[in-house]
Amino acid sequence: MSDFRPEEVLIGAIAGALDGLRHVAVGASSPIPGAAALLARSRSNGKLRVSILGSEENNFFTDGGKELFDVAGQGRIDAFFLSGAQIDGQANVNLVAVGDYARPKARFPGSFGSGYLYFAVPRVILFRLEHTPRTLVEKVDFISAPGFSDDNVHRPGGPYKLITDRCLFHVDKERRCFRLESVHPGHTVEEIHEQTGFTFDLPNGEVPTTPIPDAASLEIIRGEVAEEIAEIYPAFAARVFRVGRAA
Amino acid sequence: MLATQLSVDDLVSRIPDGAKVAVPPDYSYCAMAAVRALIRRGARDLHLVGVPTFGFQGDMLVGAGCVGTVETSAVTLSEHGLAPRFTKAIKEASIKMMDATCPAVHAALQASEKGIPFIPLRGLIGSDILANRADWKVGNNPFAENDDPIVFLPALRPDVALFHAPMADKFGNVWIGVRRELMLMAHASAETFVTVEKIVDYNLMDDPKTKAGTIPGLYVSAIAEAENGAWPLGIPNGYDADQEHLTAYAADARTDEGFQNWLDRFVYETAAQAAE
Repeated sequence: MSDFRPEEVLIGAIAGALDGLRHVAVGASSPIPGAAALLARSRSNGKLRVSILGSEENNFFTDGGKELFDVAGQGRIDAFFLSGAQIDGQANVNLVAVGDYARPKARFPGSFGSGYLYFAVPRVILFRLEHTPRTLVEKVDFISAPGFSDDNVHRPGGPYKLITDRCLFHVDKERRCFRLESVHPGHTVEEIHEQTGFTFDLPNGEVPTTPIPDAASLEIIRGEVAEEIAEIYPAFAARVFRVGRAA
Repeated sequence: MLATQLSVDDLVSRIPDGAKVAVPPDYSYCAMAAVRALIRRGARDLHLVGVPTFGFQGDMLVGAGCVGTVETSAVTLSEHGLAPRFTKAIKEASIKMMDATCPAVHAALQASEKGIPFIPLRGLIGSDILANRADWKVGNNPFAENDDPIVFLPALRPDVALFHAPMADKFGNVWIGVRRELMLMAHASAETFVTVEKIVDYNLMDDPKTKAGTIPGLYVSAIAEAENGAWPLGIPNGYDADQEHLTAYAADARTDEGFQNWLDRFVYETAAQAAE
């Protein structure tokens, strides 16, 4: 087995959920999803468009801040990424506050576009690097965007996967819960149970290990992807891939 | 018609206490010299609207006690972490918070731009954003045959749009290029005040290449020349953000003393220099 970095496993797993799509958008503060989108684009033979907020080179919008949302509202974005200070077992996302909303114990930046994009984009990939009972909770303190909606609510979009630093969950839309899909190399199912604040389904049979990207993908990640992501996230690129300017 | 050209300090003297002021996010063109002038003027009880978010300028204004209400989808210092003065004010409940989601801010401004009283928006239903916004309502799509709940947002008409731009001409036309959220802000607000890197002698409307990215002087109440007016932020294709200063601010602003020290050094003591 070749040498690999944990970030590369995440990038490979996310890219696998993007193959075959037409347009993937990446929001702010998302270096690993951004790298995954660029990997998927590289493997798509020019079929996948990627727009990255905060990038000059990978941002083709010309109608101001609203265009991303207008484009999503029309169904022109296939996948997007959301994180959360808390994410719960019903895939509700909290980007606002912990504790009482009026006098919170902790306050985060805010909901950004989540209250809209979670409804509009068919494949929303939830992304939370810190996988602990503090972040993956039974019930969020504030719903920036609900995981699921009543049947009468217009909702072409919603959660598709949840990826953490320990594992990958698939979203079961019928049962409205998460199902463990694979555990990253070096982590165990037992540990996932201990570190997750909500209950989740298990797959039939043995839980697979999240694959390490193949040699061709690793070469793309360490080459063109690392170089492109350095434009937007120089500190990340320097730390993980040792490219670009020192952080 | 020639533009009203003012100094930065005179420009902000036209923004009254209590005004609803729309400002852009850090990656757009922020009028940071004007923000420091607002703090020096001792502005109070501003209702700050992030289009659709804001960063350093909002944290500075909140910290300096200029803000009564914050209406935004996020307050973020990006890779510099949480906005310390904003976070403190929220924890102490010393400002009124109106959490939004990005497209709701844009859509409500578009309603104002069109002169219509409200605009519908998908999403939001079942969120605590909506639950905490008494000014937003859920209605039914009037064209649907079946039950189809949808959120209605009242038009958002700021008293003032305040931002920076690479250039204006002497007629008050302001070039913003692809930063078209600034165009929307100008269309939607009662008045627009802009600081600019330079004021050119020719008419920006004469060349279609610049005209396409230009806010007509019709919307612009006054401009002020402010070279490096976005500092310590940058302007895309102009100059880079002063990361050293931003890092120092994010650290200093964690304590009351540190923030006061920052104000003394970079807002009050350099008043003459910043207002030149």
